[in-house]
Formats: sequence, structure tokens, C-alpha cells
Amino acid sequence: MIEGIGIFDVLVVSTAMFFIGVYGFLVRKNLITILMSVELILNSVNINFVVFNKYLYPDMLQGYIFSLFTIGIAAAEAAVAIAIILNVFRKMKGIDADQIDTMKY
Amino acid sequence: MEKVIFYILAAIILVFSVLTVTSRKILRAAVYLLFVLIATAGFYFLLNYNFLGAVQLTVYSGGIVVLIVFAVLLTAHMEHKLEPVKPFNAIVAGLVALLGAAATIYAIGTYQFKPSTTVEAPYDIEVIGTKLLSYGENGYVLPFEVISVLLLAAMVAAIIIAKKSVSND
Repeated sequence: MIEGIGIFDVLVVSTAMFFIGVYGFLVRKNLITILMSVELILNSVNINFVVFNKYLYPDMLQGYIFSLFTIGIAAAEAAVAIAIILNVFRKMKGIDADQIDTMKY
Repeated sequence: MEKVIFYILAAIILVFSVLTVTSRKILRAAVYLLFVLIATAGFYFLLNYNFLGAVQLTVYSGGIVVLIVFAVLLTAHMEHKLEPVKPFNAIVAGLVALLGAAATIYAIGTYQFKPSTTVEAPYDIEVIGTKLLSYGENGYVLPFEVISVLLLAAMVAAIIIAKKSVSND
């Protein structure tokens, strides 16, 4: 527990980070920047897990271990997403989300 | 002292998160994301979760950001600037984000969190390692095995997707 800092302050920071990520996800067109927004969202969820673990249930380690798993899943997701982005770039000469419509019609 | 460090880290996280989603140079956005992730690691260190902070530094800021920078360098020029966001899109997305944030912060503010009175469990690396591999009560061997299969599948998938196909080109 951080001295003088309640759980509310920390949760406000992670909420702000989450919704900044949502804003970026909605606004950006480039696939890599969308991926970066998703990383922001995952990171804020991680902070939530850790803080709930530390402030509310310090006798168990569920939040701690789940954030370890989330970090691993984020790494796997980033690797696959970047492989897909590189493949799309090779086929379409661009990675803007609005020009990728081959499978749409 | 810890309070001051917390506010500094929070300021870094907020400022650089905003810069990550608003910067028009994509490589700079990746570097701002790196700052956010490092500040988060500092936050874990502040909570005394040293191993988690180390994992955050190595996997997130060491691995994922480098991967993203490589992808940026392979798909765009250094000087490439993203086109500016349409004002309508920015307003709608900003409204969605603001309303969502307001609702969530209101919910957090009104909920009565019960501060715990229990004694803190030990959380050094030895305990974490034992828990990850134990199958008794509070053991995490099943998610551990599932995530190892997931990582293997993701590795194979990334190689197969990203390699140049011989027949099509």
C-alpha cells in the first residue's frame, strides 16, 4: 500500500488511461497505432488487477498472478498482430484500416 | 515522499498516454508508449511488487515496444506523418471516452471499498514460482499450462503468417 494514497486515486489514473486508449482506438486509422491503443487498454487493466490485489485482498495473490498472465497474453497478441500487419502491408501497400476491404464484399 | 512519487508517475502516465494517441509521428507515438509502460513499472515497484515490475520492464517495454518499433520501421518512412484526425471523428470519440470515464469514475467514487484488515501474504519470487506450479488450493498450474500452449500457438502462427508465401509471389 502506498502511504497517503487511497485506492480511488489509483483507479482514477487507470480509468483515464483506459479511456485515452479507447479514444485512440476509435480515432486512429493506422493499424499500428490502433495496436498501441490496445496496449494502453491492457496496461490499465493490469494496474487495476494489481491495485485490487494490494489494497483489498493482500492475503491472496490472484491479482498479481493474473497480471503476469495478462502480460504474457499481451505479448502473444502483439506478435500475432504485427505478423498480420506485415502481411497486410505486403499485399495492400498500406496499413490504414479503411483501405483494407478485400474480404468485405 | 511516496505520495510525491505517485503523483509524478501519474502525471507521466496521463501526459504520455494522451501524447501516444495524439502524436502524428508514429515512431514518436511508440516512444511515448514506452514512457507510459516504464512509468507503470515504476508504479509496481512503488507497491513493492518487484518481480511484476521487472516482468513489465522486460516483456512490455523491452519486448513489445521493440516489436512495434520494428513494425513501424518496416511499414512507414521515418518522416511519415499521419493524416490529421477528422474533427467529427475526434469529437464523437472524445465524447464517448469522456462519458465513459465520467461514468466509471462516478461508480468508483460512490462504491464503498472495504479496506482489508488481513495480514499481507508473502509475495517474493519463491512463493510466486511455487504457486504457478502447484495444483492444490490457490495453485495456478492450469492457467500456466494453458498460457504455455497459447504462447506456442502464437509463435507458430506469427512465423507462418509473416513468412513470404512461395506459391503466391
